[in-house]
Amino acid sequence: MSSSALPSRVLYIDLTKKRFWIEDRKELFEEYIGGSGVAIQLLKEECSKGTDPLGPDNPIIFTVGPLTCLFPMASKTVAMFKSPLTGELGESHAGGRSAVAIRSAGYGAIVIKGASDMPLYIAVHGNRVYFKDAAAYWGMESTLTVGRVIRENEPGSGVRSIMRIGGAGERLVRYAMVTTETFRHFGRLGLGAVFGSKKLKALVVSGKNTIEVPNKKLYRDVYEELFKLMVESDLLKKYHEIGTPINVLTLNALKGLPTRNLKSGEFEGAEAISGERLAKNFLGRRAACSHCPVACIHLAALREPYEDEPYFYKTTWISYDYELTYALGSMLGISDTVGFLKLVDSIEKYGLDAMSAGVCLAWATEAYEKGLVSKEELAGVEPKWGDYEAYIKMARMIVAQPNEFYKHLAMGVEAAATKYGGLEFALAFGGNEMPGYHTGPAAYVGYLTGARHSHLDSAGYSLDEKTIGATPSPEKIAEELFKEEVWRQVLSSLVVCFFARRVYSPEKTAKALSAVGVERSEKELASLGEKILAEKYDFKLREGFNPENLRVPRRITETPTPHGKISEETIKRAVSFYVEKVKSAKKQPLNL
Amino acid sequence: MKRISVVDPERCVGCQMCMFACTRRFSLGGFGRSTIHVKSVGGIERGFVVVVCRACDKPAPCARVCPTGALASRDGKGVKLIRDKCIGCGKCVEACPIGAVFWDEEAGKPAICVYCGYCADYCEYGVIKLEEV
Repeated sequence: MSSSALPSRVLYIDLTKKRFWIEDRKELFEEYIGGSGVAIQLLKEECSKGTDPLGPDNPIIFTVGPLTCLFPMASKTVAMFKSPLTGELGESHAGGRSAVAIRSAGYGAIVIKGASDMPLYIAVHGNRVYFKDAAAYWGMESTLTVGRVIRENEPGSGVRSIMRIGGAGERLVRYAMVTTETFRHFGRLGLGAVFGSKKLKALVVSGKNTIEVPNKKLYRDVYEELFKLMVESDLLKKYHEIGTPINVLTLNALKGLPTRNLKSGEFEGAEAISGERLAKNFLGRRAACSHCPVACIHLAALREPYEDEPYFYKTTWISYDYELTYALGSMLGISDTVGFLKLVDSIEKYGLDAMSAGVCLAWATEAYEKGLVSKEELAGVEPKWGDYEAYIKMARMIVAQPNEFYKHLAMGVEAAATKYGGLEFALAFGGNEMPGYHTGPAAYVGYLTGARHSHLDSAGYSLDEKTIGATPSPEKIAEELFKEEVWRQVLSSLVVCFFARRVYSPEKTAKALSAVGVERSEKELASLGEKILAEKYDFKLREGFNPENLRVPRRITETPTPHGKISEETIKRAVSFYVEKVKSAKKQPLNL
Repeated sequence: MKRISVVDPERCVGCQMCMFACTRRFSLGGFGRSTIHVKSVGGIERGFVVVVCRACDKPAPCARVCPTGALASRDGKGVKLIRDKCIGCGKCVEACPIGAVFWDEEAGKPAICVYCGYCADYCEYGVIKLEEV
């Protein structure tokens, strides 16, 4: 079957009633393009005020965009849901083959509602949807195993996506992730727990639809233009060669690398977990998402002997990126490269979000140091900085939750510190554990104000890095971050990878859209971005997000950043300006 | 006489740029008409398999089973699909020993490599190339 250039079909799956149907929602895609823009509308339709994030009424929404399958690097899937971690907007993006598979199966979006009374996985092969008994899968702790077994039992090798949860999702860890294609993740804000609450172990999607374009020549011309920029310019070199962990040494040199629960911004062991060291000694393979020439996925090959048999080895493949190097490396004081990789591997298998898990473990270490929690509460583990074996045990217990302490740790650092103390060094913003940038005020304003409380919302770290020595005013910070977050709404509605943001400039984006029959000026795109952001804020505010009342952990004001020590007052002022900007964007008539 | 050669599958990153290029020959998105296929060996950590027509010597296995003579020999190496003769029985798909005869579901006919080399132009990793046989 061939589809038109603008996606419009939405596949609805009801897990309670075990039925599915397809609706044509052309009007939604015409107005909001796809990705985040369409997802927030579907979320508003499906998720009423006060919905329990782990109850049957919380929907899971996956969306792709009009450039998916047509242009390179438009291969992200946006997932939207109510977050069980923060209690407000849940949004997470992943690549792999997910977006290409959804679009090739003929859909612009998939909405999963209700909850099953028995473990299931869903297989979507084009127009056919199967509810599959997952009794044999439930209890599989490792996301790797789930993938390996489904791979053998489902068709579509090469043109499918296998999104699944591990033990963390089943056990409703509030920061459990959904893994796709083994090494890509809907990592943040707990989509894995939402899967688990519905007894949904996996979602398999495959298809082979082609997509027609209205203007064939323009399509191929714009394709060439974008492809050349991707492979011939230096715009993507950083992701291509060493990969994102190239940031480890850069940030360490700036003293902006969160270390030992941010007691410091500088890690003496940084070299051992640097992208350079990993590339030189462990990089065994590089891989790419579907329709991306960059291949930023870096896999370390870890060769280890089995202890019970001489000359008997296993080789484990471990995907690494900057964020987890910070969270499971410097943040925990780990400078043993092999130990670091083993911890990463455990987190990957259980299906825990690496950033949240690392921040939770770092808080627990300091809480133990300060005597806020006992060895008994830690179930016999005595965490100390750098002790990766202790952290592997603790990760296991975050999943298994043998006692009250681990039950709280599985609810996130905010919940754990509220119960046991140590909020001043519990590094969550808006309820979400912090990313790896202690770069200055803009990073923190971004974590607090970003719709997803992520560094990717408005890239405050980037603004910080550009303005060292000339710290902008709170107004200016708010203005710059707002502009960036608005534009990123457009990119994530097209489902363009943010690594390609310099390729998909406003001008090139308008051109690519024109090639698929969507005529929007650069100005109209920016207005659309404002509108989408404002609507996300509507949802957040409705669900209890209160910008007046945001917690700023004292720790971030004690440890100097590349901009010196930052004050809570500066951050709060910038947050107020930001919220005003969102509110005025909402009030203004949008000239679309 | 040319064909696509898989030079080194170990260099493959699984980006599938070749698959998209193949269907883009018709100015279409996706890979529904592609005659080259990339899949993992069994998880992307184990690497990738690249499946593409090897342009067998006459009589090619696919041509041998075609009941209507729709797969004509291309001067002794490889085949050419004569679309008007093809009834879409699918015997060629089953006959190909390496699975390189694909199926165009929209047309109900096989998708056969035309050895144009367009896919290789988008392979950034030196996995495939157009070579003389």
